[in-house]
Amino acid sequence: MSSQPTLAIEASELAKSFGETKAVDGVSLAVRTGSVYGVLGPNGAGKTTTIKMLATLLRPDAGSAKVLGHDIVTDADAVRGQVSLTGQLASVDEDLTGRENLILLARLLGFKRDRAKGRADELLEAFALSEAGGRLVKNYSGGMRRRLDIAASLVLTPPVMFLDEPTTGLDPRSRNQVWDIIRALAGAGTTIMLCTQYLEEADQLCEGIAVIDHGKVIAEGTPAQLKASVGSAALHVRLLESEQRPEAERVLGGKLSCEVTLESDPAALSAPCADADAAAAAVDELGRNGIEVAGFSLGQPSLDEVFLALTGHPAEDQSENGTELEKEEAA
Amino acid sequence: MSTDATTQPTAAPGLEEALVRKALAPGERPPRASALSAALAFGWRGMLKVKHVPEQLLDVTITPVMFVLMFTYLFGGAIAGSTGEYLNFILPGLLVMSVTFTTVYAGVAINTDLTKGVVDRFRSLPIWRPAPLLGALLGDTVRYLVGGTVIMVVGLILGYRPDNGPLGVLAAIGLVIVFSFGLSWVFTTMGLVMRSPNAVMNAGFMSIFPLTFLSNVYVEPDTLPAGLEAFVNVNPISHLVSASRGLMDGSVAGSDLVVVFGTAALLTAVFLPLTTRLYRRG
Repeated sequence: MSSQPTLAIEASELAKSFGETKAVDGVSLAVRTGSVYGVLGPNGAGKTTTIKMLATLLRPDAGSAKVLGHDIVTDADAVRGQVSLTGQLASVDEDLTGRENLILLARLLGFKRDRAKGRADELLEAFALSEAGGRLVKNYSGGMRRRLDIAASLVLTPPVMFLDEPTTGLDPRSRNQVWDIIRALAGAGTTIMLCTQYLEEADQLCEGIAVIDHGKVIAEGTPAQLKASVGSAALHVRLLESEQRPEAERVLGGKLSCEVTLESDPAALSAPCADADAAAAAVDELGRNGIEVAGFSLGQPSLDEVFLALTGHPAEDQSENGTELEKEEAA
Repeated sequence: MSTDATTQPTAAPGLEEALVRKALAPGERPPRASALSAALAFGWRGMLKVKHVPEQLLDVTITPVMFVLMFTYLFGGAIAGSTGEYLNFILPGLLVMSVTFTTVYAGVAINTDLTKGVVDRFRSLPIWRPAPLLGALLGDTVRYLVGGTVIMVVGLILGYRPDNGPLGVLAAIGLVIVFSFGLSWVFTTMGLVMRSPNAVMNAGFMSIFPLTFLSNVYVEPDTLPAGLEAFVNVNPISHLVSASRGLMDGSVAGSDLVVVFGTAALLTAVFLPLTTRLYRRG
């Protein structure tokens, strides 16, 4: 598999320190051209530093990497021409309107005046920002700002795109819009590297995932492999009457032929189950047996569970000095 | 429904899939922007900021008016015997002072910019490296022009009459702008190495105050103690003031022009590459 000639990103033992802090401590990655690749980890794990190095915004202290065959240090200009980065901080000018932001970037990328305006309008329309295009960005909502930010990275559809936590802080509707954009971009052939704290996001979008902890890759694989290493998804059921739990346990156990876990909530129980149809049938069976269900969900293991399984410690925020670190990176 | 692993992703409301696909399809790839058009685009950005926040022109409109009124009427009688006499002496100096003061804001602006994510994007663009800085200064040049014009208009209203006519005045304003352009690089460098816009502002004014006050803006240097007079005579600001006076009254000395252009060129040669490197490195 690794012998495929078409790797868009190849990193080998990348390292970067800020003062005493080893932000990235020997990260190696291989991302297939045209795929969506997730870098998963808690705050301060080194995700941002890693993609900033790959996007040539930071110089690695050690190690090397190639993006589309160009070395990120010795051939940084060539890399810059091929990649686009959307960071956590919205990289748009708050004192300009959305439309002006896009026109400015289009002109800097070589579009003539009229074509720059045309491209700006096309992007505004695609990202549902036409109406807001004439307003100053400082008055935008979080979702609008994020969409504009992504649009700004796509003035020229880049062969490789880095997205740093593209949905952090967004409401579900805005999050879905961003996911749609990422899927459309992948559909157009762009290789995407995505940093995220959410396993669900990586699962929805990525074909490969690297889990990063304290600046090191601690696991790599497809979402399915990763989840399998953690334990499968589970059906969580909450009953209206907690007295019915023993019977519910028996019904679920029989229907799903598995061991049912009783949760600390006296009305709740869960069973390992990855298949939605089986889960629906099991819930149905509860109803047929006269057991009233208050709610149920088919949940995936959380990032916490992944971390617990992989490292033995939960995904605690590793950025006690994280804000400092970010500042240093930004400075 | 709660988060369900098998829910098929549906198009979120508000985004039309066809439009998104069309916008993201690999399209036109224009040739790289020329150095000039990149710098001009950044100049346009500077202009847009003025358009959206016109208040930021206050420092180049109100302040010069204040300077002219204050210094003319405060010192006029004492220094030159009459305010009219003094206005003729001091106006070219005030032109120099108000415009060079404004150069500090170039450093403040770049420091403010750095705290925003947008600089990361500019850095990652395949453009001529000094373009963002040069463009910002092109925008600032318009501010210098506004400041210079305001001060000349106020002077003319108060009775200043340049012997060399409008062309001399225009030449003087042009000269002051060229010098300020060079001086701005010093402050953009400061803006890139200092921690906050306030620190840049303080350090900037701490250097620009002595440079302008310890010059021939307000008084003839031969009235000063010898040590101070020596400093005033080598201060490039003094030469800029002398050259501006000369251009306006028709008696400009070539040596002053040489010092002014030389200083501007030297400052640009040293601090433009330095600023560009600092900006790129971040």
